[in-house]
Parts: sequence; structure tokens; C-alpha cells
Amino acid sequence: MKALVAVKRVIDYNVKIRVKADKTGVETANVKMSMNPFDEIAVEEALRLREAGTVSEIIAVSLGVAQCQETIRTALAMGADRGVLVETNAELQPLAVAKLLKAVILQENPEIVIIGKQAIDDDCNQTGQMLSALLGWPQATFASKLKISDGHAEVTREVDGGLETVAIKLPAVITTDLRLNEPRYASLPNIMRAKKKPIVTTTPEALGVDVTPRLIVLKVEEPAKRQGGHKVGSVAELVDKLKTEARVI
Amino acid sequence: MAALVVAEHDNSTLKPATLNAVAAAKEIAGQEVDILVAGKNCRAAAETASAIAGVRKVLLADDPAYDHGLAENLAPLLVKLAPGYGHLLAPATTSGKNLMPRIAALLDVMQISDISAIVSQDTFVRPIYAGNALQTVQSTDPIKVITVRGTAFPPGEATGGSAPIEPVESTGAAGLSEFVRAELSKSERPELTSARVIISGGRGMQSGDNFHLLEKVADKLGAAVGASRAAVDAGFVPNDYQVGQTGKIVAPELYIAVGISGAIQHLAGMKDSKVIVAINKDEEAPIFQIADYGLVGDLFKILPELEAELERRQ
Repeated sequence: MKALVAVKRVIDYNVKIRVKADKTGVETANVKMSMNPFDEIAVEEALRLREAGTVSEIIAVSLGVAQCQETIRTALAMGADRGVLVETNAELQPLAVAKLLKAVILQENPEIVIIGKQAIDDDCNQTGQMLSALLGWPQATFASKLKISDGHAEVTREVDGGLETVAIKLPAVITTDLRLNEPRYASLPNIMRAKKKPIVTTTPEALGVDVTPRLIVLKVEEPAKRQGGHKVGSVAELVDKLKTEARVI
Repeated sequence: MAALVVAEHDNSTLKPATLNAVAAAKEIAGQEVDILVAGKNCRAAAETASAIAGVRKVLLADDPAYDHGLAENLAPLLVKLAPGYGHLLAPATTSGKNLMPRIAALLDVMQISDISAIVSQDTFVRPIYAGNALQTVQSTDPIKVITVRGTAFPPGEATGGSAPIEPVESTGAAGLSEFVRAELSKSERPELTSARVIISGGRGMQSGDNFHLLEKVADKLGAAVGASRAAVDAGFVPNDYQVGQTGKIVAPELYIAVGISGAIQHLAGMKDSKVIVAINKDEEAPIFQIADYGLVGDLFKILPELEAELERRQ
């Protein structure tokens, strides 16, 4: 079966973000960009399914500016077979991303779609759920274990109380949580090989999807800073302060 | 316009996060807040919901299809109920996060995730970049589908109300998914997201066994026990202990971080706590910059001392 993974280009998780002075967003000029870490886990899981003989082909899709091609190349270097770039300079919100992915999926007919549970930039945690809704497919979100057998997937999910396992029919959308796997690094030969793998470019217009944002960002601000940094010298002093100064115990 | 809150419950009792979502709904819709309790044999949970102060009515959808909160079965029910409401809200817990985007997509609207403040009926504040920035967004959609960051909205009164309970017709099972099993952690301690005091351990704890040192202090304080991602990834404790950007968001009166360096992802989950204590042997650890009280030293010495001191002064 075919697997499709979606990979988002985000500010690298190690970068300390800066809010722009005009409050329109965060600074992205000259900032290191990487693949959303949860999407790396999605690519890795697809690779493992291919290595297990369950998946025959892996298509990596990214949506956004032309540079998203680099994110697709990263997925190809990890081992994905080919890429699809939906190129646009428009701001893409999760609903629009879900509609675009649906359009690509209807062309590609994968039986399993794996994507990160959330992107570490907007922290929305929506796209996978929206995509499965639009397709009328089942969803298994926050996956920490995935087992596929004849037309079904058994997925263990990380939930607030612990773990929960669901059985879903394929085709389905799976969203990844942190402990599903540890993504591999791309080796140099594989990075070279990835340069020759095909990437098809399309656009929202060509896919017939209206991507007009539904949420208008009025402003982006820095949160209030905490005044910390005070040290105490002993356990007795700590307990004393908590009792008499902070009055929390 | 009225607001509908999707209750989180286990069929017999409501999860505390429901009260935070109700508080947010009241801020938006005033007296016109309804609660949906959908589950299997969940009348008891509906009765708890009807006792919440200031609720207009409780919708009760009782059907085996709604057991375990499967999004594939619940979303069509919400879509059917949506026309009567301007806002659909749920707590930003794993259940709410799983369900609400599915509803939003079926209604062709954008969800507003994890709101931390309400500016007006269509404008909300939400954290982005692990809480390192706050975004104010205005929704242009006719129905606002929202998940609520519990720590940002003090819970409403759980008692004092007597809202009528109205049964609603089931939309049945979609036949796409089935619940198999749950492995839920059992603990006598308070739940992380509603605990007044939390003590969390990080990589510095060195092993899962060493968490008993934290538990002893937790017992003295009536505290919940949490962990950083590093401690969970290392297998010291299960995933449901995790506090942080992708784990639980907490804001207790007192948060004690032990052997936690203070990665951005962890701070995102606890920096709104009222008082933060950090215990770490590395005095350069970033956690100290946000801690109200920092204690530099060996946690294996400090934790037993802390337990003894709390015992002595109780």
C-alpha cells in the first residue's frame, strides 16, 4: 500500500523565537528552518512500515513557500520515495492545509496518511483530525504505537489518563506523538540520492482549493515575563519562605 | 448566541477541565451556556453537569456509540446540534483536541485552539511557539469551534445549579473505529491538571525508582507528581506524567521542579504556576531564571531533607 506523509517547514525547535517589533508575527528572516519534529516521526514511521513490507511507496507532501522543497528533500533523504509540493505564498491555516491534502490524496490514493500531531510553530493540533473528517476516514491521533494488519490498524494513543488503544479501518489518518519512534538521521549518500528523487509541484489554484484564512491575526505579542531568579540557601529556608512569604503550603 | 460545551466525563463523573471550559463559555455567552454529555449510561454525569452553576440546560446523548469518546461517532452529533449555537467549546485535553477539529472541518470552519483569553465573541488570545508568543486572532466563521486552556480560566462553581436535562437523539456509530482497551494510570494523588501543588522530576532523577523520593514529598503536600519530557522519554515514568508543550499544561499554586533543567518545551507547560520552586545541582540551569525560589544542590540529599522538614513543621 501507499503511504502519504505531510511535512511542515517550521522554525527549528532549537531557535529561541523573537516577536517582531510591529507585532505582526515572529521573526523568520535569517532564522534556521527545519522539518516539524512530529512530522519527522511520521516519516520515520512510514519508513519502518516500508521496511516491514507493509508499505510499498512513500509520498512526502509539503505546503507553502518554494523553500518547503527543502523540507521535502529532507524527507526524501530519510528515505521517502517522491515528493509533492503545493506551492503558495499565501498564509495556510489548518483547514486550508487539510483541504489541500485531501485534494492531493484523491489523486494519489494512499491507504495510510501519517502526519505530526501538531506543528511546533502554531501549536494548533488540528490538521490530521480535519483531514480525516473531510475524507470521511477514521482518525487515530497522538499515536505511540501502530500495528497494521489486513485492512485495519491498531493504534495505541497517548491520552491524558495514560494509554488508549483503538482499532480503525484503513484508509485512515494517523497523527504521531513523541514516543512513536526515534527518527533516523539522513546519511550523506542518501542526501545525495534524494537530490535525484522526483518532486512534483502544484498550487492551490490547480487543486481547486480556496485557502483564504478564516482567522485574522490581529497581533502577536510576547507573554509577560516572570520575575524569577531568587535563590535560597537551605531546605529550612525554602519551607519557611513557602509558608510565610509565598503562603502556598 | 448560545454556547455549547462538550463535557469531558467517564459516564459517572465530570472531569474537572469541564468546569474551566464552562467558565470560558460563560464569558462568551453569559446565561446561554448548554452542556452536552454524550456517553454510554452517562445519566449520572449529566446530573453532575446540571448542578453546575449558571448552566441553561444539559443535553444528554446516551448511546453505546458515544462510549470512550470516539471522534468519528461524536462529530456527527455535534454537527447536528451546531446550528443552535454560536460557539462550540471543549477543554484542550487530549479528548477535546481529538474531537473538536473533526467537528470544525465538517462545519467548514477553522478551530481556535487552546484559547487563553477572550477579547470579544469572535476574538481570542492563544499561545503559539510553546507559549513564547501570544497570538490574538479574530474568527470570520459563523460558528466558533474552540478548545479552552483550562489553566487560563478559573473553574466555575460545580454546584448550585439545577439545569434541566434534555435527551437528544443519537446519530449512531459511524462504523469506522472501535475502542480496544485503555491502560490508565491509577493514582491516589490528585490529577495533574487540577492539583493545587505539583512536584515534578526530570532527567536528574536518574531512574524511575528514584521517583519515590518525589512521591514521599508529594504525600506531605497533597501534591500531584509530574515529569519532564526527558524523564518520560527515558522511561522513568509513563507518558501521562508529562508536563510541557505537548504534554499537560498546568498552573498550580505551587510547582516544584526537581532535576529539571528548564527546556522551553517544559516551561511552556508550567510557567503560569503561581509559585515555582527549582531544585537542581546546576546553578546555571535555565529553570532558575523563572523560579521564585531556587535551591542549588544534590536532589538526592535535598528531597529527604525536604520531606523531613515538612514533617517537622506540619
